[in-house]
Amino acid sequence: MPTTAPQLDPAERKRHRTSHARDYGPGFIVKLVLMAAINALGVYGLLACWNAGAMGLFWGLLVLLIAADYVYFSKRALPGKYIYPGLAFLLVFQIFVVGYTVYVSFTNFGDGHNGTKEQAVTALLAQNERRVEGSASYPITVVENDGELGFALVTQDVSICAGAQVGDVCVGTADEPLARVDGAQADGGTVTSVPGWRVLTFQEIVTDHQREVTELRVPVSEDPESGSIRTTDGRNAFAFMSSLEWDEDAGTMTDVTTGTVYSPNDRGMFEAPDGSTLNVGWRVNIGFENYITAFTDARYSGPFVRILVWTIAFAFLSVVTTFLLGLLLAIVFNDERLKGRKIYRTLMIFPYAIPGFLAALIWSGMLNRSFGFINQVLLGGAAIPWLTDPWLARLSVLGVNLWLGFPYMFLICTGALQSLPGDVMEAAKVDGAGKWRQWKSITMPLLLVSTAPLLISSFAFNFNNFTLIYMLTRGGPRFSDVAVPLGHTDILISMVYSVSGLDGTAARNFGLASALSIVIFIIVGTISAIGFRQTRKLEEVM
Amino acid sequence: MATHVTTPGVTTEQPQVLRTRMKPGRWARELGWRHVVGVIAVVYAVFPIVFIISASLSERGTMTGSNQLFRTISFHNFEALGGTRFWTWFGNTLFVSVTTAVGTVLMGAAASYAFSRFRFKGRRTSLTALLVIQMFPQMLAFVAVFLLLMTLGQVFPVVGLNSKIALICVYLGGALGVNTFLMYGFFNTIPIELDEAAKIDGATHAQIYWTIVLRLVAPILAVVGLLSFITSFGEFILARIVLQSQGNWTLAVGLFGWVSDQLNANWGQFAAGAVIAAMPVLVLFLFLQKYIVGGLTAGSVKG
Repeated sequence: MPTTAPQLDPAERKRHRTSHARDYGPGFIVKLVLMAAINALGVYGLLACWNAGAMGLFWGLLVLLIAADYVYFSKRALPGKYIYPGLAFLLVFQIFVVGYTVYVSFTNFGDGHNGTKEQAVTALLAQNERRVEGSASYPITVVENDGELGFALVTQDVSICAGAQVGDVCVGTADEPLARVDGAQADGGTVTSVPGWRVLTFQEIVTDHQREVTELRVPVSEDPESGSIRTTDGRNAFAFMSSLEWDEDAGTMTDVTTGTVYSPNDRGMFEAPDGSTLNVGWRVNIGFENYITAFTDARYSGPFVRILVWTIAFAFLSVVTTFLLGLLLAIVFNDERLKGRKIYRTLMIFPYAIPGFLAALIWSGMLNRSFGFINQVLLGGAAIPWLTDPWLARLSVLGVNLWLGFPYMFLICTGALQSLPGDVMEAAKVDGAGKWRQWKSITMPLLLVSTAPLLISSFAFNFNNFTLIYMLTRGGPRFSDVAVPLGHTDILISMVYSVSGLDGTAARNFGLASALSIVIFIIVGTISAIGFRQTRKLEEVM
Repeated sequence: MATHVTTPGVTTEQPQVLRTRMKPGRWARELGWRHVVGVIAVVYAVFPIVFIISASLSERGTMTGSNQLFRTISFHNFEALGGTRFWTWFGNTLFVSVTTAVGTVLMGAAASYAFSRFRFKGRRTSLTALLVIQMFPQMLAFVAVFLLLMTLGQVFPVVGLNSKIALICVYLGGALGVNTFLMYGFFNTIPIELDEAAKIDGATHAQIYWTIVLRLVAPILAVVGLLSFITSFGEFILARIVLQSQGNWTLAVGLFGWVSDQLNANWGQFAAGAVIAAMPVLVLFLFLQKYIVGGLTAGSVKG
């Protein structure tokens, strides 16, 4: 300890006593600018959420923004300053989505049940429109703006264009009901120009936009019950009214042509007394039904169990085969006298350095039945259905994964072998242990202790190795006895992908897909937890 | 100062054993067979790669035409890539992967620094929570990711569906869970006395972090950055769901489309694309092998 304290001039002493947070250096200015930008963005976001009526997003964003300001301007939240950015992303894109998956798994979210009840009502009113019998026809002009089509017409009947006088020009699109526009010109009953819009010629309609025009529905007002106008020829439009009538007080739909009353049921559908339902429903909570479907509905439970068994077998065998080959090679090359070890090692880890999706695609070509390199060149033209026969496809998947995975195992086994304690081996040798005994009682247990956690993560990784399966076989060949599009090499995660309908091959069923995701979470989590516990036991033994 | 820091997991070369010339019989018994195994393993490891290089150089674009290795050598397939969206996809992939890697390193390092250096309420709980979260792969929640981005997109199209920024955000959501432990352990190996000395000299926590600690942990930053780059480079399912228009696709999504549509017709072009696509990762990997191997043995898996 120095006996005389160094003499500081007053200014310097003052700086040392003040908190770092009050130090208005360049760092503080950077922080201020960044926080100003974040707050500006945040406030803009809050306004946007408010306008769009997205209140969930609004509150989430508000909490994140207040937390950010507190953390970066408070003196007491020092660790928070470092954790906040990662934590914010983690909360939104990992923890929230996992929680949301749980929520969706308890609903019937999917095609036919996409939104809220109000959205379902609007969609039903629009979808069940019929031409009003004997209604007048309105001469229209088709207009286009940046790819969006609309109808323009000269008002004769003020009931179809709110706020317009007879003779005014009104324009409407699929999203915007008919409304008066200023500055448009008309020649007799035909609109010739509309500001901001381009008038399509009849020729353009016929050649380029025929289907879009005949499918276009322009609502008459914001209220879906007031109907819409549609055209069949691009020149004359007719009034369409919904054949359904929404009774807001009773909460029922009435079919005006038949008089049938549909009331909402607990499945998120409008149901008539005879049990028939309307084709658009809304999202409701259905409890454990998705889970029950996965395990008991004959369409899913059969393939689910087969896929579950194959997934476990695939993940387990992948780890075992790659580990054995990697270990074997690690032992072979664990001899310092061997020349060129570095070259061998570098060349051998090539498969590991190729992105997995490319490797799987290359192998899918090489294993092609008719043109592939394996059949054509290595097997002299044999047409072996590597990827289209159920068992051969499974074998191919394991074989390709062996090629992809053995370098990783080789690397970690080499590392583990090189870090074995030499003195223990020495002692065993002195005690007269043979080579086999040394291997069985010392090398192998020590090796397993250091590699077991990696083997467990490798198992968990392969359990969800979607890329390999999808690139190589797309889950095929298809089960011949099952209606849903699933196949012999599908693993659970690719089954979830098919069931979700996001690949466009089947109807979307987000609820069931989420339930399956949760089942996978539970399986992988349990296996990992048990595995890690066993590993710890292994360590205690040593 | 930096000499105190060693990279965990990187094996140092064994001291050379003095060699005396062996008799051929003993050589064959003890070493020769190892070379035989080595050659077989190398052939097994590289022949698909040789095949794809040969296919990329073949004159015809079909798969049957590529089966005779190096029969013809032409750059026709590589030139043909110019007429496709390949280079757009390549640029998208690099943009997404590089941004993700940088973001992952920044966020992971900051969080690990806090866990390693500060003692605060809930520290142990948060570490355990991260360990548990790590077990749930984010990829499994892809339905919820899709729905979340669909909703977000209605308010902010920048982070909605079909946006590369949104995809990066999704990848960054997994940044903390996977890497914190890897980095946390490494941060703990940097003696805290360094921080204290700097603090006595009047450095702020930000100065200590940016100018002292981050430099000393550079090896682990490189490993995490590389692993993150490689993972997002080859990620398929989230990229496929988020990026909907062709102009936004990454290589994984785009090249899959080429091969799955018409396997035989596009083969040469695919081969050329695959060779180019494999280059960035392959080059990084071979140059930085020993660091990556060190990072792997410290607990992460290929993605």
